[in-house]
Amino acid sequence: MSRAPVRDLLVGLFVLAGLGAVAYLSFSVGGLSYGGPPRMPLYADFDEIGGLKPRAQVVISGVKVGQIGSIRLDQGYRARIQLDVDAALKLPIDTSASIMTAGLLGDRYVSLQVGGDNKLLQPGDQITMTESAVLLERVIGKLIYSGADRGKNQ
Amino acid sequence: MTAIGDLGFAAVRFVTDLGGLAHFAAQIGRAALAPPLRVRLFLDELFKLGVLSLVIICVCGLAVGMVLSLQGYNTLVRFGAEQSLGAVVGLSLIRELGPVLTALLATGRAGSATTAEIGTMVATEQLDALRMMSVDPIDLVATPRALAMTAVMPLLSALFIVCGLFGGYLVGVGLMGVDAGSYMSSLESAVDFHDDVLGSLLKALIFGVLVGLVATYRGHTTVPTSAGVAAATTSTVVVASVSILVFDYFITALWGV
Repeated sequence: MSRAPVRDLLVGLFVLAGLGAVAYLSFSVGGLSYGGPPRMPLYADFDEIGGLKPRAQVVISGVKVGQIGSIRLDQGYRARIQLDVDAALKLPIDTSASIMTAGLLGDRYVSLQVGGDNKLLQPGDQITMTESAVLLERVIGKLIYSGADRGKNQ
Repeated sequence: MTAIGDLGFAAVRFVTDLGGLAHFAAQIGRAALAPPLRVRLFLDELFKLGVLSLVIICVCGLAVGMVLSLQGYNTLVRFGAEQSLGAVVGLSLIRELGPVLTALLATGRAGSATTAEIGTMVATEQLDALRMMSVDPIDLVATPRALAMTAVMPLLSALFIVCGLFGGYLVGVGLMGVDAGSYMSSLESAVDFHDDVLGSLLKALIFGVLVGLVATYRGHTTVPTSAGVAAATTSTVVVASVSILVFDYFITALWGV
């Protein structure tokens, strides 16, 4: 079996292309973390997170600055969320976090409202001011009940 | 009475076939680990099974991604959820269509050719000639082909998926006017490495083993006539395709990918 330079080159290119596709699927699409821009973890507690899922977006003024790391229950039975945000951001400690919905029925994401304090949030700090997710079915429920009450009063 | 006899005969033949396949697989496993390692032959097969399948895989991936995007859009737009098009296209391609369609295409394109090649070697007594020279035909002929099929399948599947994602993006964003940012972000937030991408590669790997084994086994057990080669080639395509689809269900049911 002798070497065939052209064939070997083609096989090499094929293997590289295949591995490139695997890497693209793993890192870019699959979200496997690699070096990338450094992230800092922040924590926030919420009473209600609605349908928020890990890897959902974290935005400031609609611009993506990070993603949700993990979601678990803390000792007080509130949802404790880890936010992995761009470490280059300088966020004041009175920054607040709220859970929003993209469109009427779209994905949940976390929006940060940047505060004005001089002290900055350090990696691992907790965001104290939070606004829980608005559950559409609860809003509708309240509307229906308030409508029924009004009907009784008349 | 003859009908029951036929059924019994078919059952015995099926079990014998299965046992033969398992024995054959064990022999290939041993030949793959024991020296000499046939690296050159393996590369030859990588070229034949991989590089030469590249065009068909990319074209089919593109077409499947495009039609998936079109169908998905038409369904999602009724619910006003066309922002999730990326997630629909990505998850269907990665979890299901990529590995399965790649395996079916590779069966038709490369598996049948492998069986026909080995079958012709059997019919023209080339394998007997090898045995005469005390060269094990499983080591020299079957092992490189089966191994190359296994190695090639995850790579082809990944390429198929990437082409499909590109095709889906073209139709969804270019033609139907879905926002490019929401397409990519719904794709990226829906697809998880451990749940989806690893499972997809595992599926492709298992299909590669399956197609490689069936193709080489059918070639080796060919009845040495021209009709026998034809029957073996047909049988490879049928058996491999059916078992890919059946295995696909069980892999999904067992491991949830």
